[in-house]
Amino acid sequence: MSALVNMAAEVPENPLVPPIPELVIGLVAFFIVFGFLAKKLLPNVNKVLDERREKIEGGIEKAEAAQAEAQQVLEDYRSQLADARHEAARLRQEAQEQGATLIAEMRAEGQRQREEIIAAGHAQIEADRKQAAQSLRQDVGKLATELAGKLVGESLEDHARQSRTIDRFLDELEAKAASDPTKAEAGR
Amino acid sequence: MSAETMLALDTECHLFIPGCGFEAPGLHSFVFEPLFTIGGYEFNKPMLLALVSTVIIVAFFWAAFGRAKVVPGKLQMIGEAGYDFVRRGLVYDALGKKEGEKFVPFMVALFFFVWIMNLWSIIPVAQFPVTSVIAFPMGLALVVYITWLVLTFKRQGFVGGLKNLTGYDKSLGWVLPLIMFLELLQHLIIRPFTHAVRLFANMFAGHMLILMFTVASWYLLNGIGIAYAGVSFVMTIVMTAFELFIQAIQAYIFVLLACNYIQGALAEHH
Repeated sequence: MSALVNMAAEVPENPLVPPIPELVIGLVAFFIVFGFLAKKLLPNVNKVLDERREKIEGGIEKAEAAQAEAQQVLEDYRSQLADARHEAARLRQEAQEQGATLIAEMRAEGQRQREEIIAAGHAQIEADRKQAAQSLRQDVGKLATELAGKLVGESLEDHARQSRTIDRFLDELEAKAASDPTKAEAGR
Repeated sequence: MSAETMLALDTECHLFIPGCGFEAPGLHSFVFEPLFTIGGYEFNKPMLLALVSTVIIVAFFWAAFGRAKVVPGKLQMIGEAGYDFVRRGLVYDALGKKEGEKFVPFMVALFFFVWIMNLWSIIPVAQFPVTSVIAFPMGLALVVYITWLVLTFKRQGFVGGLKNLTGYDKSLGWVLPLIMFLELLQHLIIRPFTHAVRLFANMFAGHMLILMFTVASWYLLNGIGIAYAGVSFVMTIVMTAFELFIQAIQAYIFVLLACNYIQGALAEHH
């Protein structure tokens, strides 16, 4: 045992001076590792890594395409929705306008009919009034002459004179009515 | 050859036993009897471990990436994680994706090679960090150094390369010669030396600490010394865990520095 120690101690080794065989073996060992890695194994794995990256990128591209499509569809849908809303609003507006014109037309028609009816009523009234006035004129004339005849005692047979008198009286009456239209209106 | 003989440790020797003393681990702990000799050249344990490292790394990556699939299996996933760690975390970071791509295999190989060689420190039976033998980190640093030097002149041309090496800057005025001398010294001699020695010394010291506490635990195992042995053993465990951390860190730093040196060669003026 101690012989070995002595032997080791006897060798004056400087730990910083490399023995050539060890240097050579170390380099050979390293270059074997380097050779295998550089020539075969790392290119191998690089190829695989590239492939993997491509696949992942392909997947990402696909996902991106799908997303773009979805976006497109969404936009289409939105624009369609907006169009539909526009259309609906337009239709509503139109309906409203149509309704308004319809109402206005009906109102005008009603007005017109009312007016017609009123006018017809007026005409009727006027006709009736005229007729009434006509018969009244005759009756009043007759009654007046009869009354006058009875009062005077003489028959105012003379038709011509009779007519003239009645006409004058009535004219006076009419003139009086014309000069006071409010009274005439109220009377109607 | 058993571990005891390597450590030059007498298995029967304990505290309070007369006639023997504590054999502290030292430089001799890093010198190995040759396993066998080929043509006058000795083949020792670190060499064996270095070659086994190679086999392990190649086997692992072969299993992981040999039949790489787009949908990775577990092993491929682990391999990819390691590969990506070096590629993105180190190479792309320092050199950029465009420039760095070319150096990725080199840096990946470098990282895993250094790491596994460090890892031997705490693997039972092996229990020796190969990188604590200067030849191994020096060889790797040399490869980086040559790569860097060739790249410097290839990229910058002869004059530009010299400017890069000397840190030539007219605005420095009269201190320029001094700066140039220092820069040249730094670039050509100090930097590769520290690159190798940083890894070597860390692994060397780590191994020495673990060894110290391990040997002490055994030596103290007698009488009252058993209590001390317990403390020493706990320290062995702690140091082993710590080493696990340091091994990864040192591999990382080694590759990080390599990346930075390469970056300096590619850059117009560092």
